[in-house]
Amino acid sequence: MGRVRVRVIVDKGTSVFDGVYLSVARGAFRRYSTYRAATVAGTVTNTVFGMILASTMLALWRARPGLGGYDAAQAVTYIWISQGLLVTVAVWGGGFQDDLQARFRSGDIAVDLYRPVDFQGWWLATDLGRAGYQLLTRGALPMLAGAALFDLVLPGDPLVWAEFLLAVALAVVVSFGLRFLASITGFWLHDSDGVRAAMAVVSMFFSGMLLPLALFPGALGELARVLPFSAMVQLPADVLLQRRTGTALLGLYGFQLAWGAALLALGRAGQTLAVRRVVVQGG
Amino acid sequence: MAEPGRGTAARAGWAVRSWWLITGMWIRSTMAYRASFALSLAANTLITFLDFAVLLLMFAHTRQLAGWTLAETGFLYATSSVALGAANVLVGSVGGLGERVRSGSLDTMLIRPAPALAQLAAERFSLRRLGRLVQAFAVLGWSLTALDVHWSWDRVLMVPALLLCGTVIFCALFVGCSCVQFWWGEAAELQNAVTYGGATVLQYPPTVFAKELVAGTVFGVPLAFVNWLPALHVLGRTDPLGLPAAFRFASPLAAALCVLAAGLAWRAGLRAYRSTGS
Repeated sequence: MGRVRVRVIVDKGTSVFDGVYLSVARGAFRRYSTYRAATVAGTVTNTVFGMILASTMLALWRARPGLGGYDAAQAVTYIWISQGLLVTVAVWGGGFQDDLQARFRSGDIAVDLYRPVDFQGWWLATDLGRAGYQLLTRGALPMLAGAALFDLVLPGDPLVWAEFLLAVALAVVVSFGLRFLASITGFWLHDSDGVRAAMAVVSMFFSGMLLPLALFPGALGELARVLPFSAMVQLPADVLLQRRTGTALLGLYGFQLAWGAALLALGRAGQTLAVRRVVVQGG
Repeated sequence: MAEPGRGTAARAGWAVRSWWLITGMWIRSTMAYRASFALSLAANTLITFLDFAVLLLMFAHTRQLAGWTLAETGFLYATSSVALGAANVLVGSVGGLGERVRSGSLDTMLIRPAPALAQLAAERFSLRRLGRLVQAFAVLGWSLTALDVHWSWDRVLMVPALLLCGTVIFCALFVGCSCVQFWWGEAAELQNAVTYGGATVLQYPPTVFAKELVAGTVFGVPLAFVNWLPALHVLGRTDPLGLPAAFRFASPLAAALCVLAAGLAWRAGLRAYRSTGS
């Protein structure tokens, strides 16, 4: 599977340098677009899980109509939105993490560290490229399948869709920040599998992937709403279901931005600390 | 196979022994860092409870989901999770088949004097997967005490039989679905749709789903035999499809058919395999 190589000619000056991240992102987009069978298989998986969870939501809403301020159609729509976001936002982990992990194991991580580009920026660019491709395929296709199988309430106004896309982009940044932190534990632990597995379960629960956060009672609900995970699924879904509109949207974006910036800064600090004491595997 | 084929029983015994030897090697390598393993197992067990917490949260808002109580749904959740978790511990690694076909490292396994399937199933054996199993047994223990059921001997015996057959069915699904990767290397996720997707379906009462889907799990991919059908007998509930009572006791037969189908798929896949030659 072709790893995308981007040659950087440093002495050509900053104009080339600025374009590096863009071409890294474009390369990642193209790379993922070559895994066609994986895309088809993944879309089927998302659709299967969407059908299962939508059925359980319908059963719950039949018992409790209007629960959490959603009607049954909105609750089902929520599930299909979250299935569309699962891989795009990498709630379950993955994306650049798999590449990074392989590079920890092989020792290639040393090559990444002496590239004349920013380590964190490089991987963020690949992840945004990946997310772009997956939004178009594993985001859109299960949603279309859901719309064919169930009654969904989706907005007709293109402006709401644009607002949704912005929220998804910020969600990817927050998710990247969290996954980057989980992955760089590999500098110390050699194997970040355990940390990643734990992160995946916590993300699934607190992002609202399995159940809208409005259904979390009391203090658990309060906690879920302030943790960064809510920025990954619950908030973009709120935008598309128009539970937050107008000026309330600014607060929502602000929350995503604040967590995104804080996590990236934390990741950068961790990286600085790690690089100082890194011992490269292999040779 | 290098071991002389003295009949099916001897060959199966050798396959199990190979699996055990390779698994033992991975366990020893994990146990080199005992504290790290203990911590990650404990963390994994605790964290998989979040999965069950979703069910608890749903039942915080309603006393019954599609006519089933929390204890009954907990029984379904636990039995489905035990069967999937045990199968994942035993043969879950076969999902890595496509990667081996692509990189050509399956060849190495084929020339070793041990069955390729046993090697593949034991590859990178991860004890951490026991965490989910521990959690599932804890939920099962709780649901058995919480259920309002008259525990006659047939019902008591049904529980271990159900877990055993369910594990065999999921093992067969893991192996059978991974065979798709002989032809379609990147399609590892299709396996997830059947195994993890299937286990998720079985965690909820059958009455939650459309009748067509439930019928599909009886006559198509035989998931219903893992826990839905036998649970109808244990819990004393009526069948939403109105099938004859014999179906509730047919899990061993379904498991045997699954193993047969998976074995045929594996053979067909291995015959069709062309090495990448690298």
